[in-house]
Amino acid sequence: MNLSTLSDNLLVFAILGYLVAMILHASEYSLAGKRRAATAAAPARELVGAGGPPVAVPAEPDIPAGPDLGTRLGGWAVYATGLAVLLHLGTVATRGLAAGRMPWGNMYEFVLAVTLVGGVAWLGVMVQLPKLRLLGLPLTVVQILLLGFAGLVLYTQISPLVPALQSYWFVIHVTSVVTASGLLLVGFVPAAMFLVRNGHDDGRVRFPYTLGARLPNAEALERLTFRLHAFAFPLFTFGVAAGAVWAEAAWGRYWGWDPKETWAFISWVVYAGYLHARSTPSVNRRVVMWIAVLGFLTMLMNLFGVNFFFTGLHSYAGVS
Amino acid sequence: MKAILGFAVAKLRVAWRQLTSMRTALVLLFLLAVASIPGSILPQQGVNPEKINQYFVKHPDLAPVIDKLGGFDVFRSPWFAAIYLLLFTSLIGCILPRTRDHLRALLRRVPDAPKRMERLPAHHQGRTALGAAEVAAGLRGWRTVTREQPDGTVTVAAERGFLKETGNLVFHTALIGVLVGVALGSMQGWHANRLLVQGPEQAFCTTPQQFDEYNPGTGVSASALPKYCLELTGFQASYLDNGQAKSYGATVEVSGEKTETKEFSVNHPLRLGDANVYLLGHGYAAILRYTDTNGRVQTAVVPFLPIDQQTLTSEGVATFPDANADPKTGKPDRTKQVAFSGLYVPTAPESGMAARSIYPEERNPRLVLTFYQGDLGLDQGVPSSVYQLNQKQVAAGKLKQIGEGKSLEKGGSWTLEDGSKLEFLGTRPFITVSLRHDPGEPVVLVSILFVLGGLMLTLSGKRRRVWVRLTPAGDGTNLLEVGGLPRSEYPGFAAEFAGVIAKLGITEMGDDTREPVDALR
Repeated sequence: MNLSTLSDNLLVFAILGYLVAMILHASEYSLAGKRRAATAAAPARELVGAGGPPVAVPAEPDIPAGPDLGTRLGGWAVYATGLAVLLHLGTVATRGLAAGRMPWGNMYEFVLAVTLVGGVAWLGVMVQLPKLRLLGLPLTVVQILLLGFAGLVLYTQISPLVPALQSYWFVIHVTSVVTASGLLLVGFVPAAMFLVRNGHDDGRVRFPYTLGARLPNAEALERLTFRLHAFAFPLFTFGVAAGAVWAEAAWGRYWGWDPKETWAFISWVVYAGYLHARSTPSVNRRVVMWIAVLGFLTMLMNLFGVNFFFTGLHSYAGVS
Repeated sequence: MKAILGFAVAKLRVAWRQLTSMRTALVLLFLLAVASIPGSILPQQGVNPEKINQYFVKHPDLAPVIDKLGGFDVFRSPWFAAIYLLLFTSLIGCILPRTRDHLRALLRRVPDAPKRMERLPAHHQGRTALGAAEVAAGLRGWRTVTREQPDGTVTVAAERGFLKETGNLVFHTALIGVLVGVALGSMQGWHANRLLVQGPEQAFCTTPQQFDEYNPGTGVSASALPKYCLELTGFQASYLDNGQAKSYGATVEVSGEKTETKEFSVNHPLRLGDANVYLLGHGYAAILRYTDTNGRVQTAVVPFLPIDQQTLTSEGVATFPDANADPKTGKPDRTKQVAFSGLYVPTAPESGMAARSIYPEERNPRLVLTFYQGDLGLDQGVPSSVYQLNQKQVAAGKLKQIGEGKSLEKGGSWTLEDGSKLEFLGTRPFITVSLRHDPGEPVVLVSILFVLGGLMLTLSGKRRRVWVRLTPAGDGTNLLEVGGLPRSEYPGFAAEFAGVIAKLGITEMGDDTREPVDALR
């Protein structure tokens, strides 16, 4: 079996790994409901700090010592995600070795790399903020959807880079854009879940909001969203700027409103809008988070919409 | 009169305040994003002008309206400019007062400790052997002010994280720099395109007349162009088995003050000081010899433009406007001008249709041409493509196709119905190059570096204050009270506050050891 086939097979196992993680998360989610219902009777105490916001201190759950089944399943879900990320890393690494270059030369490889960054970043979040574990459920769903789409629709045979991509800027520009995109993907998950949780807290009872009851609290989601975006935004800016420097060498101009450039500009403007809106207390938090979600939609548009519907200079997708 | 003036000033003040409010800025940002979308959907003047013509043909009713609204040149349209100019005005209106405030904050002494420190988000009490000077010295990296109070206590006020706001201001100011650089480039820069066939007689010099397309900035005169000539002396390309290009590069002779031979390729432009030359594309030019009915021989080197980059199937047209001219007066006969239109196929398949290349290299080259005769419509003063027949003449029946098309091998000849003859002598490579000079580039680049630096400072920076109050206990030690206030989002403040406390030499814990962590996280 050569490396290229190994990479293709590893992808299947990586997806299976995420699938297992998703199922475990879903089990934790459904069991958490019972636990919460059992403890709901005890009202949460509220600690009012001087000058600070009131701080909710959750009532001690009346549950025997030791983690319950749901918590244990959740822990396994994180380990399963870790395993999936390792397999995912193997997929990308073997692909790169087989191609003899950085494995993000076409759309298939790009999606693989972005989701890998997403997976790694998510594990990083888990190390720092293990309480937000339930977000693993929507995250694994996003990973499975993107990887599945990549494997089924975008798959392309390994080929060397076209002359336009043969530049060290390929490594700088695409790597930074891939990393930023992966972080923004992870940032999208708490942003979307904030909207669900916040809607639930506001008493909405229709479908997506009913899921909100067991999600981490809205404030924690909001803060995680910001931290991820605050980290990703400068990186994205750098990636676009590096692309501009490269474009000068390759096409003679640093910016030419090619469809991909135009949508990168749109994403940049929307995310800048998110950061500004967030720092403005008078803007409703729901609006702020909608802007973040919109930002990710523009990233998706740039990846899929522009590659499929528009032709431009960035036509390296390998799909036609 | 005074009342009216006062009213106007008040209204202006309100308008200015509204324009510079964050809400307006957000709306303008959103508008900017939305306004960019048509620029990616509709064909654009600067990106793919040839598609605009196709759009006009496809949507004859809609296209003129879109054109009038600037839809084919979104990023130079007045409404797009209106949005970003308003946004930048709003930006300046925000930067100026904030710069003033920030400078004041930098010059001002850190404010004194609040009376009731227990109200601060982070708070701690205890006893220490350290004095005020040692406390202040322990707060390294902080801006500190020590104040002796009338009641005998000493307060140390400390603040740090000013770089957050500095970064913020640098970021926004640098954005203006980017805009200035872009404007400078569009005023003082120029760019031109040229198709260059190999051979000394095909060389061109940098004058507007010799460019295929020339776009000078508003402040550029033709005399400002650098003076040199370019001749293509060689072109090398290599391909994979599936036709994908592996590499290509061109060798040119540059004759300016001195003559040099230089190589350049995609990603490695020719940097000639005043202007750069970029390799954009390549293809084949056919050498055709036409002998008209009067026996007059003309040779033309005709570039065929690739319609498929993967296989280099190319199309082109050879025109002989002087064909069949009156041999005595040399006056062209408008009814007997000659043109050949068709495809060049570098590698025709062994069997089947020759009209589609299967490989970009010349392995089995074929020229598939159709013979046209009549009025080429060249003298009407209307600019027309030299790579296509004038379709109006064809439609009007003034330019007619004669007989069937023919496929020619290299060296092949074709005797036409009127007795004239066409010979396909061979091919030469051509390249398309872009020449460009943009004095705004360094301004934009430096501005972007500041944008990035400012962005990282402002997004990672945290403004915070810590106060320490020391009350002499009489036994040489001090009762100590510490308070902390993060002035921006800062999840790690509790840890830093704990670190500060640890340095204060606290010997005895006070009663109020409220854990500040949860209050801040």
